[in-house]
Amino acid sequence: MTLKQDTNSPSVGAPESWVSRLWRSLQSLRSSLSLRKGSVVNPADRAFLWVTGILAGMVILVLGAITLQMIRTSMLSIRQFGWHFLVSKDWDPVLDAYGALPYIYGTVVSSLLALALAVPIALGIAIYLAELAPNWVRRPLGFLVELLAAIPSVIYGLWGIFVLAPWLRETVQPFLAKTLGFLPFFQGTPRGLGLMAGVLILAIMILPTIASVSRDVLEAVPSTLREGALALGATRWEMVRKAVLPSASSGILGAVILGLGRALGETMAVTMVIGNRAEISLSLFDPSYSLASVIANEYAEASGDLYLAALTELGLILFGVTVVLNIVARLLIWRVGKVPAGAGRA
Amino acid sequence: MNALSSTLAMPRLDLHDSASLLVSDQEAQSPARASQSAKMATENLSAWFGKNKILKEISLPIREKRVTALIGPSGCGKSTYIRCLNRLHEVIPGARMEGRVLLDGQDVYTRAMDPVALRRRVGMVFQRPNPFPTLSIRDNVLAGWKLAGMRPERPDDLVERSLRQAALWDEVKDVLNRSGTSLSGGQQQRLCIARALALEPEVLLMDEPCSALDPIATAKVEELIHQLGEKYTIVIVTHSMQQAARVSHYTAFLYLGDLVECNTTDALFTRPADRRTEDYITGRFG
Repeated sequence: MTLKQDTNSPSVGAPESWVSRLWRSLQSLRSSLSLRKGSVVNPADRAFLWVTGILAGMVILVLGAITLQMIRTSMLSIRQFGWHFLVSKDWDPVLDAYGALPYIYGTVVSSLLALALAVPIALGIAIYLAELAPNWVRRPLGFLVELLAAIPSVIYGLWGIFVLAPWLRETVQPFLAKTLGFLPFFQGTPRGLGLMAGVLILAIMILPTIASVSRDVLEAVPSTLREGALALGATRWEMVRKAVLPSASSGILGAVILGLGRALGETMAVTMVIGNRAEISLSLFDPSYSLASVIANEYAEASGDLYLAALTELGLILFGVTVVLNIVARLLIWRVGKVPAGAGRA
Repeated sequence: MNALSSTLAMPRLDLHDSASLLVSDQEAQSPARASQSAKMATENLSAWFGKNKILKEISLPIREKRVTALIGPSGCGKSTYIRCLNRLHEVIPGARMEGRVLLDGQDVYTRAMDPVALRRRVGMVFQRPNPFPTLSIRDNVLAGWKLAGMRPERPDDLVERSLRQAALWDEVKDVLNRSGTSLSGGQQQRLCIARALALEPEVLLMDEPCSALDPIATAKVEELIHQLGEKYTIVIVTHSMQQAARVSHYTAFLYLGDLVECNTTDALFTRPADRRTEDYITGRFG
């Protein structure tokens, strides 16, 4: 019952900490539980409970309806291919042979690599904004970071086609091929448009989300912890690394999940730069394809029933991948975060 | 030494009086020796938050191995004062200070003094207990070492010694691996004291250490401060006059950023020299 102890002494006038926020939400949960036991006398309160409860229930309803509909529409393909659909590399509308593996591979690999690129940078930005930046830098820079998240993905896509891809093709990829070409990841023709461009675009797109949520989480860490660390003779760096980050770890993981979710589902920008070829290749130079991209590209022309069902099943898989990765990440938060607070924020 | 003798010359600091009243040891013998026992001192210390002047030219000696209490109504600058002593004031954006703060006669606001090193010599306990929630009780005690990536020679001995000094050992010796925040508020505060003591500081600053505690926990912490006062130089901020009377040897009264009066605790409470002090301790304002 560590949380309980934490909040023994509610602060007066101190900025609201995650502890107090969590405590309040726990209390409200408790009181709503007691509502359910029928301790409400006031009819208006009862009506309020029901109305908000129904509104909240609609989320579950919509989620259920979408899942059900997707399963129904893709039933044809599920019956036809079974589990084989997940491991098959074929995608041939003419022969009506469909398999999802290249798309799953492209989606998962591009998202995870983008995450690996974006997380350290985003954390650096968040730490700078929350802990180190002087006040006059903090606000404008924070605003710019949030603005970055508001740019429509088609703009990112255009930038990818006209700026990023040529630069990759002519400068970065030849250089990588020359220096690190012995690795399988940097072999083949430098094309520009391909997995590498997709990864970079995704990294740039999820960076502001992770950075700004992480910054919020860091700012929510009680300043008493910071001062406690400083008063013990910690440097700023030691304070951030050993006192602030551990307390914020669960919330930061939440921010990372948000970023991952965006990367997995991102359609437009990825479609524009990833090369759109259903191949599985270790090389980052080669074109790839993602689940969201293939659905967007082919849905309009899907003629046969089986074709349509296969595309819907891809959507179902994307849905499933997102859910599974989210669950894994939540479990991670559970394990890592001894204080499961920041996750609620994210 | 010049600095120290100049603090001696401050007005309202009645050394002869104080020495005869309170303490019978070496301070009683001569004012000169009493001056040697000033561990820290401030000279014309002023502090600001933005444009607000919080402290106005405070000059105050802090005696070695004695408990000095700062009293005064809320907002009088007590906390700001002790935060200047370990350079924690400057951490707040918009905060600045002027004047001198001396530790063993050496100015702590010079380039030569690393604030990080200073804070290891001048420990601090905060108003609200702030153990690190992600660390165990044991690691909380060692936090000062661990934060700096250092390892004490015999960590287990240090943990036990520090917790014993903080009168917490018997209560937590079997649960050292539990989270620091699993303890009660009073225990947490003593854990924070143990954490500060584990660095073997020369001076211990306490910013209203009992304000978040219940009366029983307060009594324990006060008893502890009383004991620690024999080995450490302690500066305690409190808004409880009873507490100042119970735990301190010297008391300074601050009002609206001014140091109104400083004397031995006995003298200040029984024969206040300033009208404002008298009004405050008799409860006419505050």
